[in-house]
Amino acid sequence: MTALSDSSEGRRSALPAVLGKAMRLAATVAFTILGLLVVTFLIGRVVPVDPVLAVVGDRASQSTYDKAFVELGLDQPLYVQFALYVEKAVTGDFGESFLTKKPIIDDIARAFPATLELATVGIIIGTLFGVPVGVWAAVRQGKLADQVVRILGLIGYSAPIFWLGLVGLLIFYAKWGLVAGPGRIDISYEYAFTPTTGLFLLDTAMQGQWDAFRNVVSHIALPAALLGYYSMAYIARMTRSFMLNELAQEYIVTARVKGVAEWRIIWVHALRNAAVPLVTVITLSYAGLLEGSVLTETVFAWPGLGQYLTNSLQNADMNAVLGGILLIGIIFVGLNLLSDFLYTLLDPRVRRRT
Amino acid sequence: MVRHVQKFVAVALMCTAAAFTPVTAQAETPADTLIQAWAIDDIITLDPAEVFEFSASEILGNSYQGLVGYNVKDVSEIFGVIAEKWEISEDGKTFSFTIRPDMKFASGNPITADDAVYTLQRVIKLDKSPAFILSQFGFTPDNVDAMIRKTGDMSFEFEMDKPYAPTLVLYCLTATVGFIVDKELVTSHEVDGDFGYNWLKTNYAGSGAFTIRDWRANEAVVLERNDNYSGKAPPMARAIYRHIPETATQRLLLEKGDIDIARNVSAEEISAMSTNADIVIEDGVKGSIYYLGLNQKNEILAKPEVRQAMKYLVDYATIADTIMKGKVIPHQAFLPRGFLGALEDTPFSLNVDKAKELLAEAGLPDGFTVTMDTRNTNEITAMGQAIQQTMAMAGIKMELIPGDGQQTLTKYRARNHDIYIGRWGPDYQDPHTNADTFARNPDNSDDAASKPLAWRNAWDIPEMTAKADAAVLEADAGKRAQMYIDLQTEHQQTSPFVIMFQEIEVLARRKNVEGFIVGPSFNDNSFKAVTK
Repeated sequence: MTALSDSSEGRRSALPAVLGKAMRLAATVAFTILGLLVVTFLIGRVVPVDPVLAVVGDRASQSTYDKAFVELGLDQPLYVQFALYVEKAVTGDFGESFLTKKPIIDDIARAFPATLELATVGIIIGTLFGVPVGVWAAVRQGKLADQVVRILGLIGYSAPIFWLGLVGLLIFYAKWGLVAGPGRIDISYEYAFTPTTGLFLLDTAMQGQWDAFRNVVSHIALPAALLGYYSMAYIARMTRSFMLNELAQEYIVTARVKGVAEWRIIWVHALRNAAVPLVTVITLSYAGLLEGSVLTETVFAWPGLGQYLTNSLQNADMNAVLGGILLIGIIFVGLNLLSDFLYTLLDPRVRRRT
Repeated sequence: MVRHVQKFVAVALMCTAAAFTPVTAQAETPADTLIQAWAIDDIITLDPAEVFEFSASEILGNSYQGLVGYNVKDVSEIFGVIAEKWEISEDGKTFSFTIRPDMKFASGNPITADDAVYTLQRVIKLDKSPAFILSQFGFTPDNVDAMIRKTGDMSFEFEMDKPYAPTLVLYCLTATVGFIVDKELVTSHEVDGDFGYNWLKTNYAGSGAFTIRDWRANEAVVLERNDNYSGKAPPMARAIYRHIPETATQRLLLEKGDIDIARNVSAEEISAMSTNADIVIEDGVKGSIYYLGLNQKNEILAKPEVRQAMKYLVDYATIADTIMKGKVIPHQAFLPRGFLGALEDTPFSLNVDKAKELLAEAGLPDGFTVTMDTRNTNEITAMGQAIQQTMAMAGIKMELIPGDGQQTLTKYRARNHDIYIGRWGPDYQDPHTNADTFARNPDNSDDAASKPLAWRNAWDIPEMTAKADAAVLEADAGKRAQMYIDLQTEHQQTSPFVIMFQEIEVLARRKNVEGFIVGPSFNDNSFKAVTK
């Protein structure tokens, strides 16, 4: 995280420092992504699966097979295939999916918003619950509340999300009818609005389709709550440990001696300091959700990135896999930069150093 | 201080609860719309020249029409659809088709001989996966313009290189690859001489009962009633497939009434839903066959007694009834029942003593060790494990190697397996489709041009290949059927294929949804007459 911040250049003039920092940043990002590409490309080629099969199927004649083999560029040596790929990727062309025969960019542009929407609602739920619950557990350390939180956290972290999803559907959808079933929206609302951003909550709200909006909420509630619970378990555990660490510090004792109200000590003094490492925990959880949770997407028939990537991987659709991995890589790098930026906002010491 | 924290948690809980207050989910599907849940992630195209996948075949079957069709209850009854009639030349090499008058595409364009000729030439020139179904009659991109030719506004000729059995030709034309496309519409979307390929893979240019309005990969396919359809108008205005990959989820949706038909029903789901009064389980015999392929490159498996012994070491009845819960029936010949000349004898059953005798004759009284590549689907895995147990009774130690579908298939196609447990679906309704792969191997060398299942198992059979080739040219349907029965009787005893089961397609529907037809192949599955 802090690898990108620098400590000794504060005294020199500001401009070269900023430039140097930006260049180092760009180099790090480019290097990370290139490494990512090399590794995935190689993995894709050593997997014992014939990619032509995915395209022409098992029954095609030899001439059809040979034609597809050449069309996919598989007759070229490995390094040429990779060089061609990188060359195109740099110009923003990730090629076509072997399977859907559409540009990868288009495929991802369809699958990613579904995942983005689900992950965003999920992380909001996870943070809104995880942080207070973690604080609460830290304050009541060793007491009943703490134990309950820890057990709930353990369940959230260890129960298979697949199973939780099915049980959730069984109870909240099939038995009680509290939420809508699998999928992003009911068929009857499907054509009620234009999916401009692909984020249905946003689209329906902006177009004033409130019935459709409520339907979308009702569909996303359960899978998002599930992902929320999953990330909450982690966030709460980490919050608890950061808070315990802060509450044991001397400045807390000083504050107590000064007679500062206890709620102020917890929510203002301690949490503010615990928030710095917490930002990393939350952004990484968010990045994890953005990769697309394959199992959740399968159970809830959610047409997101996880399903798309798994399907592509199983069919050795390497263009799609590389495109998807690259996107995830960029998300991780981007969120890391974001958390670095948030550090400077939250931690005056980091701000002064840069 | 604790009170503050508690208050905060309570407020957060209440806010979330309020945000997610129940919006009553619609518990009934619209009256004029059929909604089905099915794993449709196999769709890669909607172009009849390329479609080869189960779900896409079914969608085309409901939205396109071919020159000819057959009765799904009795496939020997072949009739014209877009073709009104046809004549066969004396040398048996040329079919002259006459197009039925006054038919229209969904676009409103009239259907003429131009469309039929364009469609068939387009298939050969594009040369996609299913093209071999037509190119096997001797068509190549170079000669097809001369061989398939227009002879009038409503008539055309189809000239082949040999006098193939007329039933074979007609059955091949019933396959999705022979579905007629709207020439005017498709050519209007042609780019750089691609025959409209890039456009048609996600669009529609047919004349069937429904039009395809929308396909969103891994989400849904939406069909709408075609008002220009020449047949009886379907009662449903709309038919929607939703991609629901998980069978348990499909079941929940069906029980709740949010879908009308669940198309992927696992063995567990069948027993669980059979007690629900709102749900009816329906089934129909499909053409797919489950078999074991014994690689003849393996010296042990190449012994005739060993091949025979293995046929006695599968518990056919238990697997069909208990493990697969009626999703398969025992079947031991390469032609599935329902096909011309299908052999329905099942001479093999689990007989460990007989198998031990045979193994002793082969000089292997203590059995041997062998591997089996097993695709990691629930069904294949369950079958594989059951077979592993019965094989062990005769001392055959079988190691299962699980793998992803494409992975096991890649290994199988390279002939690197010992035993492969596979499922084979016919490509068209004619017996040649399976004879061609199970009983023909024109060249057993590693770099052979054609690699049928007999080749994949390295089974060198020049004599049987000749018999299968002769059956292709027999014009008399009765004699032809007998030739296939003889072929299967020999194959059943001598081949390195342990043919075990024929697939039954099972679906679960709401009680009020009636008229769905489960046909022998996926493009015969029809919802044209569904009412609810």
